[in-house]
Amino acid sequence: MNYFVDERGYYGDFGGAYIPEMLYPNVEELRQKYQAVIDDEQFQQEFKALLKDYVGRPSPLYLAKRLSEKYGANIFLKREDLNHTGAHKINNTIGQILLAEKLGKKRIIAETGAGQHGVATATVCALRGLECVVYMGEVDIKRQAPNVARMKMLGAKVVPATSGSKTLKDATNEAMRDWIANPVDTHYIIGSVVGPHPYPDMVAQFQSIISFETKKQLKEQTGSELADYVLACVGGGSNAMGMFYHFIDDESVKLIAIEAAGKGVSSGFSAATTTLGKEGVLHGSRSILMQTLDGQVVEPHSVSAGLDYPGIGPQHAHLFKTGRGLYSSITDDEALQAGLLLTQYEGIIPAIESAHALAYLEKIEFKGGENVVVCLSGRGDKDMETYMKYFNL
Amino acid sequence: MNRLQQLFKTQQKGLLSIYYTAGYPNLNDTLKIAETLEQCGADFLEIGFPYSDPVADGPVIQASSKEALDNGMTLPVLFEQLKELRQKVTIPILLMGYVNVVLQYGVKEFCKKCQEVGVDGCIIPDLPMYEYEEMYQTTFETYGLSNIFLVTPQTSEERIRKIDGLSNAFIYLVSSAATTGGNLSVSERSAAYFKRVADMQLKNPFVIGFGISDKETFDAATQYASGAIIGSAFVKNMNKADLEGSIKSFMKQLRG
Repeated sequence: MNYFVDERGYYGDFGGAYIPEMLYPNVEELRQKYQAVIDDEQFQQEFKALLKDYVGRPSPLYLAKRLSEKYGANIFLKREDLNHTGAHKINNTIGQILLAEKLGKKRIIAETGAGQHGVATATVCALRGLECVVYMGEVDIKRQAPNVARMKMLGAKVVPATSGSKTLKDATNEAMRDWIANPVDTHYIIGSVVGPHPYPDMVAQFQSIISFETKKQLKEQTGSELADYVLACVGGGSNAMGMFYHFIDDESVKLIAIEAAGKGVSSGFSAATTTLGKEGVLHGSRSILMQTLDGQVVEPHSVSAGLDYPGIGPQHAHLFKTGRGLYSSITDDEALQAGLLLTQYEGIIPAIESAHALAYLEKIEFKGGENVVVCLSGRGDKDMETYMKYFNL
Repeated sequence: MNRLQQLFKTQQKGLLSIYYTAGYPNLNDTLKIAETLEQCGADFLEIGFPYSDPVADGPVIQASSKEALDNGMTLPVLFEQLKELRQKVTIPILLMGYVNVVLQYGVKEFCKKCQEVGVDGCIIPDLPMYEYEEMYQTTFETYGLSNIFLVTPQTSEERIRKIDGLSNAFIYLVSSAATTGGNLSVSERSAAYFKRVADMQLKNPFVIGFGISDKETFDAATQYASGAIIGSAFVKNMNKADLEGSIKSFMKQLRG
């Protein structure tokens, strides 16, 4: 079974490039050039140097001892929360800004939901001195004032998306419209493994550093580069794809992706795409998305803004459909409790996104002694207000 | 041969097409608008079926799409409304919308329904050319439906020729790098682009759209093409309180 992208830009039934003709030249340019640019030795040197000296990689693989005792398994945390800007998002923006430079682009656009990808994009634009425009839903701008301020301080222009539901999917639409109007000088840095081919593959390759390092670190710490379980949360799915990437062909490794159930899968306030969604086309690729019978995209809900997306990347849809990955979901309440648990057992406040993956540890019946890797995709500083409200801190 | 192909066979100059969103301003206005437009001199029509995330469209059509959805417009509702289409309207009709809505309805079922109610073609901007060619072309042709492709100033000659080969009614020339609802000024650059396409001697005629808003831009565009399409400017001008009057006055400045 091939779990990776084929020559036509598909993962089994999913993927492709469902874009209006106005975007075709932009996407086609990327499609023709991305792999050659990424494979270029000088590009790799620059990419690795920035990941090391600027982002702070490799991120540690930390054996969480007290958590391990609690669950009766060896729980390793892949510490993406320790990256510069506080999450895995920067791995991708570093890669894409270097790629944009190689393609001669002068202007960068991005979409953002909670602002994490927007901040990661504004950061690399400041680093390289490129113009940066970030589209963000009007509703999210109000909810995420600190991240808006960070982006502005980094020199980015934050443009409110005022159409539709005024959240992430609308910000994505606005970014695509900007790209339509600026086809020559602009690169669109998509923040997840979504969008038309080659984005899902390109972002997955940039994020694959997560599993690349993990294998080495597991080998050093356990003697084997394989784990029994690898867990990650999924919104669009970029940290999960980075965490799974180098384990996908090791079929003995159980890959578990955790979506946001929100207030409950059948509550009407959920983002559990694989459970609630159907096959269709969203933001340029065939995948699984939450939609009405008539094919209108449904607004998702999750306490964590990073998982609040009505689709999943096409490679995830493929892993789900083939059964290579187990896709499950965790509610807002379960995630928040897991966030508190990690804080009190290990002294690490996780992002609520990552807390969804941690919460799934409760659902696995361990025999004892299994090696388990959880991707701690981000830190919880940005979520303090939510934690404070929920736990009356 | 469908009505659209017939029209372009007999007439290749000054064709006026109007786009509007089905279900806007009111759910059941669809046929009434088509009738009025035909009376006022429109040569063919594009009826949009709304989608929640219309990336190729500018703010006016986004807004009308959202309102249409809020009014309860869906493809089944639209096909129900169009049952009496051919008792009331004789000009060619295209449906325009996004691929996900068609996929959920079923491509074959969609084509079949189009033929049943008398729709002649469709424009699905995010349906990839390769997918149309490999999966749907035969179905479209079986049901006499013309699929209309878009061409932009960035589309390569090789690709335009490929599109020409797959088209059987007309090619939709997007005036500039933009979403719908911009403002066309026929600059030297766009004039050069229109001429470049005209000089390719394609087998299909072409029609210019995006940014055509009034008589001046319509006349400028139709110097180079068989016709032009007005969408956002028409939708923006619709007045819910006097729908027929607002359509007639808009058409009067175009058709006299």
